[in-house]
Amino acid sequence: MSFFKRLKEKLLGSEEVQKEQQEELNESPLVEEETTDQTTEEQVSEEQVETTEVVVEQQNETVETEPVVENEIVEVQEEVKQEKKPSAWSITQKFKAGLAKTRDTFTSKVNDLVARYRKVDEDFFEELEELLLQADVGFETVMELMDKLRFEVQRKNIKDTEGIQAIISEKLVEIYEAGEENITTLNMQPKGELTVILFVGVNGVGKTTTIGKLAHRLKSQGKSVVLAAGDTFRAGAIDQLQVWGDRVGCEVVKQSEGSDPAAVIYDAIGAAKKRGADVLICDTAGRLQNKVNLMKELEKVHRVISREIPNAPHEVLLALDATTGQNALIQAQTFKEATNVTGIVLTKLDGTAKGGIVLAIRNKLHIPVKFVGLGEKMDDLQPFDAERYVYGLFAEGLEKELEKIED
Amino acid sequence: MAFEGLAERLQGTIQKLKGKGKVSEQDVKEMMREVRFALIEADVNLKVVKEFVKNVSERAVGSEVMKSLTPGQQVIKIVQDELTTLMGGEQSPIKFSTKSPTVIMMVGLQGAGKTTTTGKLANVLRKKYNRKPLLVAADIYRPAAVQQLQTLGKQLSLPVFSLGTDVSPVEIARQAIEHAKEEHLDVVIIDTAGRLHIDEELMQELKDIRSLKEPDEVFLVVDAMTGQDAVNVAQSFNETVGITGVVLTKLDGDTRGGAALSIRSVTQKPIKFVGMGEKMDALEPFHPERMAQRILGMGDVLSLIEKAQANVDMEKAKELEQKFMTQSFTFDDFVEQLQALKKMGPLEDILKMIPGANKMKGLDNVKVDEKQMGRLEAIIYSMTPAEKTNPEIINANRKKRIAKGSGTSIQDVNRLLKQFEEMKKMMKQMTGMAQGKGKKKMKLPGFNSLFK
Repeated sequence: MSFFKRLKEKLLGSEEVQKEQQEELNESPLVEEETTDQTTEEQVSEEQVETTEVVVEQQNETVETEPVVENEIVEVQEEVKQEKKPSAWSITQKFKAGLAKTRDTFTSKVNDLVARYRKVDEDFFEELEELLLQADVGFETVMELMDKLRFEVQRKNIKDTEGIQAIISEKLVEIYEAGEENITTLNMQPKGELTVILFVGVNGVGKTTTIGKLAHRLKSQGKSVVLAAGDTFRAGAIDQLQVWGDRVGCEVVKQSEGSDPAAVIYDAIGAAKKRGADVLICDTAGRLQNKVNLMKELEKVHRVISREIPNAPHEVLLALDATTGQNALIQAQTFKEATNVTGIVLTKLDGTAKGGIVLAIRNKLHIPVKFVGLGEKMDDLQPFDAERYVYGLFAEGLEKELEKIED
Repeated sequence: MAFEGLAERLQGTIQKLKGKGKVSEQDVKEMMREVRFALIEADVNLKVVKEFVKNVSERAVGSEVMKSLTPGQQVIKIVQDELTTLMGGEQSPIKFSTKSPTVIMMVGLQGAGKTTTTGKLANVLRKKYNRKPLLVAADIYRPAAVQQLQTLGKQLSLPVFSLGTDVSPVEIARQAIEHAKEEHLDVVIIDTAGRLHIDEELMQELKDIRSLKEPDEVFLVVDAMTGQDAVNVAQSFNETVGITGVVLTKLDGDTRGGAALSIRSVTQKPIKFVGMGEKMDALEPFHPERMAQRILGMGDVLSLIEKAQANVDMEKAKELEQKFMTQSFTFDDFVEQLQALKKMGPLEDILKMIPGANKMKGLDNVKVDEKQMGRLEAIIYSMTPAEKTNPEIINANRKKRIAKGSGTSIQDVNRLLKQFEEMKKMMKQMTGMAQGKGKKKMKLPGFNSLFK
């Protein structure tokens, strides 16, 4: 349970005030554990197990209904304290509220997986496999994880599911981090030098919106930001960036629609330098990665930036829609070849999609996720947290499984 | 890294079956495992995959496969047929209201391509259905969404109705319908804001617009690259708003587009159009059989043939066929062929449609040199009419002259002459075959040797 304990502490904090709630929260796992133990000891037949499960669930419901709600609020409040960002609060709350609707917290969900599968057998692995596949993690990565898990289970001779939870999450995080340092911070240049951030991605993933949010984020950190309207193709794209510029309060360097994006960005570099700005964020038009000419155009933009400022762009961020499936891997690869992508912004994570493909991307291409987008407001951009993310990958899947059983 | 298509996946299993006299249930099971992998990698939702594999297995375990000489192919065929049926046999046209104006609502997630599709759809309605569409900018949330639609309207010279971003979308829709009646515009296309299917407030807004005047069509616009989540999105939109059809966008990318199958199977609503590019005329009707092949990674042969047909003059093709049969195919005809090929669009796009082309060693990343084609033309143009009709007369001296005239080397000339000979030989075989069977032929001789 070590991983979940850590996570719980992270989410709940370990302050005295929360103790009461935590105790209440801890009650439910206890109840479950007891019943679990009993059933395994008794070695009841399949049918009987199922009936006991129902009982267990009913017990949970009664025990948890009240504390769950409180718990949710506590989590939210604690997160606010941790991040010291009052604006993120409402978003997190919104996010959590969505989760709360499904009426159980994930603590009990995980316990339920344990309850349903007392033994670590093929059925258990299969179920887990499906949860991950449904989060778009992708076949190869899931298989790799399953192999690792099976090996680990054998090595440690784990028989019941009690011990496996921690291993699952640890292996997932391990696959994500792959022995590398998990860098979520941006490569910022020392004060007085211009940092150039280039945004790339396919159409409609949220590049412009993310730029607006990132600009706001940097601005609130006391940086002066200039935006370059490099999407000269899509109708209304320049206006869209201008609106964001006005909202955030930073200058937008632009030319007319249809002009050469490399030229716009060249101008923007000049303008940003002249004004002594800290950061220049360059927007580009969305393009599908199999359009050779458009990818060449992007290479040119990249070249122009490097020519003007050595070592620039300091960050090339690939905006990736969380709803995207396996194609995201090809996207990441092709964009990496063209522009040497340094990080991913996983957008639209406030929906039901998980964007599990970032695990595969990180695993194969070693591109880290730097930010996640959680909505359309200015402050809906948050740094990526691998542990929390990995947990979310199957927490909600479990909820669905649960609902099915309860029905 | 690139995903294997089903055919390649099944290769291994088929190899094992070759020596066997019978195919056992176990073999089918093994093949179905591969089918499952292929579908999941194509982003078909897991639950849909399971259901599908179960159905296909039932069919496959029966005698059909057992009796077949090539069980592997049979399995692929069953899978493909089943996929095609699942995605809806008939193409369904747009439903128009008997009483003008017809109201079409565009709904979907953010970034799916609603606004672009709205523009494209209006264009199709005007061109193919001879209607007068009105575009309605009801996306008041995303910055500059209204401007985007206005720009598209300007490009297409179509009227756009907008009331800025301070009026509620419901009110905008209401006034737009009134406006259309006054101006005698017979189709109203409402471009709504992108929204998450779990956002209750915004979903309510769609219901409100809906209740103004029952729309004749509600199109759910979905990104073809969507993964497993497509099911949730389609289901919620269908349940809360009620959709009548689906538009699949960004299909000009290299995604397999398994989302199409997922959406279809959870909503049972037809996929009406597919977005094939950023230009305003890049909206095409949906073809289930092509989509099935694409999901299975089998290339898009039909689109290729259609593209070829659209660009090849039938008269000329007949003439050419005659020439093949009588062995009078000349360099002049060859140049014509080259030009027809060029008209079909960038060769790289065409290559991608050929099944297996992406798997061929060296071809997967080939950048077809369009300049090389130009060079070939130059060589041919440097020949005298006599040489063009009778390449046999080209001797060393003539070759030298041709090379000089076209700015190429004698080796280049030699290569072309050799290719031309081979092509003629091949054509002879092909026409012979085609004549025997009397079937449809692909009238594009010289296609194969060009890629060598």
